Amino acid sequence: MNGTRMLFFIRRHMMIMALVLIWGLMAALTRGIFIAPGNLSNLFLQTVTVGIAACGMTLIIVAGHIDLSVGSVAGFTGAVAAVLQVRYGWNTSFAIAGALFAGLLIGVWHGYWIALRRVPAFIVTLASMLAFRGAILGVTGGATVSPLASSFKSLGTDYVPPVPGAVIAVVVVVLCLVFSFRARLFALSAAALGFFAILLANEGIPYSVLLLLFIVILFEFISRRTVFGRHIYAIGGNCEAARLSGVNVRAREMLLFPLFGVIVAVSGVVMTARLNAATTSAGVNMELDAIAACVIGGTSLMGGEGSITGAIIGALIMSSLDNGMSLMNLDITYQYVIKGLILMLAVWADISTRRAR
Amino acid sequence: MTILEMRGIVKEFPGVKALDGVTFDVRGGEVHALVGENGAGKSTLMKILGGIYPAGSFEGKIILDGRTAEFTCIKDSERAGIAVIHQELAIVAQMSVCENLYLGCELARHGVLDRGAMLSGAKAMLSRVGLAVAPDRMAGTLGTGEQQLLEIAKALSKNARILVLDEPTASLSETEARRLFGILGQLRQKGVSCIYISHRLEEVIELSDRVTVLRDGKTVETALRGPMAAKDRLVALMVGRPLAGFYPRKKRVYGKTIFEVRDWSADADDFSERAVRGAGFSLREGEILGLAGLVGAGRSEFVMSLFGAWGSKLSGTMRLCGRELDIRSPRDAIREGICLATEDRKRYGLVLDEGVRGNITLPGIAAFSRFGVVKKSAEARGAGRFIQMLGIKTPSIEQKVRALSGGNQQKIVLAKWLMTKPRVLILDEPTRGIDVGARAEIYGILARLVDEGVGVIVVSSDMQELFGLCDTLLVMAGGRVTATLEAAGTDQRTVMRHATGEIQV
Repeated sequence: MNGTRMLFFIRRHMMIMALVLIWGLMAALTRGIFIAPGNLSNLFLQTVTVGIAACGMTLIIVAGHIDLSVGSVAGFTGAVAAVLQVRYGWNTSFAIAGALFAGLLIGVWHGYWIALRRVPAFIVTLASMLAFRGAILGVTGGATVSPLASSFKSLGTDYVPPVPGAVIAVVVVVLCLVFSFRARLFALSAAALGFFAILLANEGIPYSVLLLLFIVILFEFISRRTVFGRHIYAIGGNCEAARLSGVNVRAREMLLFPLFGVIVAVSGVVMTARLNAATTSAGVNMELDAIAACVIGGTSLMGGEGSITGAIIGALIMSSLDNGMSLMNLDITYQYVIKGLILMLAVWADISTRRAR
Repeated sequence: MTILEMRGIVKEFPGVKALDGVTFDVRGGEVHALVGENGAGKSTLMKILGGIYPAGSFEGKIILDGRTAEFTCIKDSERAGIAVIHQELAIVAQMSVCENLYLGCELARHGVLDRGAMLSGAKAMLSRVGLAVAPDRMAGTLGTGEQQLLEIAKALSKNARILVLDEPTASLSETEARRLFGILGQLRQKGVSCIYISHRLEEVIELSDRVTVLRDGKTVETALRGPMAAKDRLVALMVGRPLAGFYPRKKRVYGKTIFEVRDWSADADDFSERAVRGAGFSLREGEILGLAGLVGAGRSEFVMSLFGAWGSKLSGTMRLCGRELDIRSPRDAIREGICLATEDRKRYGLVLDEGVRGNITLPGIAAFSRFGVVKKSAEARGAGRFIQMLGIKTPSIEQKVRALSGGNQQKIVLAKWLMTKPRVLILDEPTRGIDVGARAEIYGILARLVDEGVGVIVVSSDMQELFGLCDTLLVMAGGRVTATLEAAGTDQRTVMRHATGEIQV
């Protein structure tokens, strides 16, 4: 492998290598506790809510926008689901549907102001970040809403039974192998195999991790294989050129924001299910984790560039730091500082290797 | 007395010789006009004089007051008394007139702004150019003409002896222009020299003491102001060159009318004065229509508004094969088979960080998708076919287009439109900044398209290209069509006269 190919390889896999490095470091510092199957399974669970939001956020940032309201909206929609069930006695599927519908409406609201009224997304979603933080207090009455029905709770805390779980694992790994054979990505199959082995060695595949997996595949498909995804990348890359090529920019954005609203609601529902309660502080700072995950994963804040898999790796890096530092009983002060520094270093590494190319 | 002399200036850009031994001089207290077609090298020459292209990046000498001058930056040139006022004015709209005048050289005592001194200084500066506005007025509220005078006042405050004005009247009304000429006359008497770049030949002849004509990066002639008859000579000097032999069109047989536009008027959406007024044409099968005119004549605005991408339409009808169309957006236009390869491909034509494949299939992606899902292998095959057909040189179909040459980028723009199977293809400056080889290939592609029955309209500032490629020439000036000429039955001088608005039709 010569110099430029080496650099290209490093650039392409830098964040995966960074993740491996962080895992190795954490394993060493926690004397192996970090990489025990039980903890890794827990780590994946912790990644779910931010991971789901990061999938949608990638498309938002690729389109040249930003969404600062993710935490508040996830908290709000999660609270809506909890209130519908606890106070009004709705069954689980109706309560969840209600929350997703709320997310859809919020997305339409954002789309209206951003795509049709041309108010910058930064401002529109900053307003929503404040407004929905308040709305959470409104719907919950300022109190924690709990407990949820066991069927709701299981979405966040339960595992697929061993036999169907094993079947799913085998099917996914086989599919990966088939795909790998065509695209020569055997590392992917190996990763999938390792991933399921870890989960099955513990208590099984959590429903929420399965949901995340589904959403990742769905968004990967949307971004790479659909006309809609293609248009989002073109709009972010050069909005004017996209418009002059016949892309209906407003219509595309008017579809993107509601889609994102639903995704954020999904992450809010999972969050509520995991906590078995809706709390007033649910989702605080989550937008920053989601944005950080995208950026660490190589999404350009200038728009036009980014990938879903990158964002998931970014989300894993963020939650690995959280998890590892908690295991080490590191003072929360340093946890914040270190997370901030890692974010900056990641982007710097990205920019500097980009220039070198 | 000669105060400035530029001798044997040669400036090369990769692949292009912009200036090829230009000689130019300025005397004290004269207005010296610099004329030439677009791309003749006027702006490049002034960028050298203004220090934007520093000493060492070009060959030749600048001699100021008998001494060789070497400008390494804009400041050097300013210190030597040269002030360039660009077409795009450097005024901060949100700051006051006074703040603009003192921008970068604020008067201060111990780091605290001395507002009183600046206000009285500003008044004196404004009176020198006869601009009667309050110094504390917001600069953005001034008209274009007033802003220009503000820039001149700022230049004079820096003791400018040579003022370079690049197309100063392009966006001025008649009265504003008159006022500017008056001020320039006064400055001339005070010994300030002015290099005046303009396309408007009447203006040049009225105002200047001497005229220098540039063509293809060479000085053609420097002449004293002559009688009115000199105008014809100027035009001849500006355009006089032979047609090269790389235009491949032989067969020129016309069929029925395929595309017809009548009485097309549109206004800008951004409150600028650009507009299209009562323009129209008809395009026959097998014919290439050329839009000639000077920069700012409204050609791009005209074709953009046909494409549904510029301004608001006031009136006009458009018929494609006899059927009237109602086009409100580029999307509508593309659906009807009308495509526009815009001017400035990097800004409007390409997604630079996207690959060749993604760019080529952007408008025509629907042909490779079902239920909104892209069929990747079909897409790659389609893109590959056009890459081969147009001879696009790229290491792979995923290569980011940013890294490709201008010629290849332009071919990608062509490919993306050809993929949509257009019935009318409009190209705005299709060969700007492209080397000769790629140019010839593009002409070949256009010739082939016309033979296949596609209607082709070319907007170009290159006379040679228009005459070599087109059958009919539509000349525009001031947003209007001033002439429709058979290319074979006319010459470049006639076109130039219509384009400079000398002949009113």
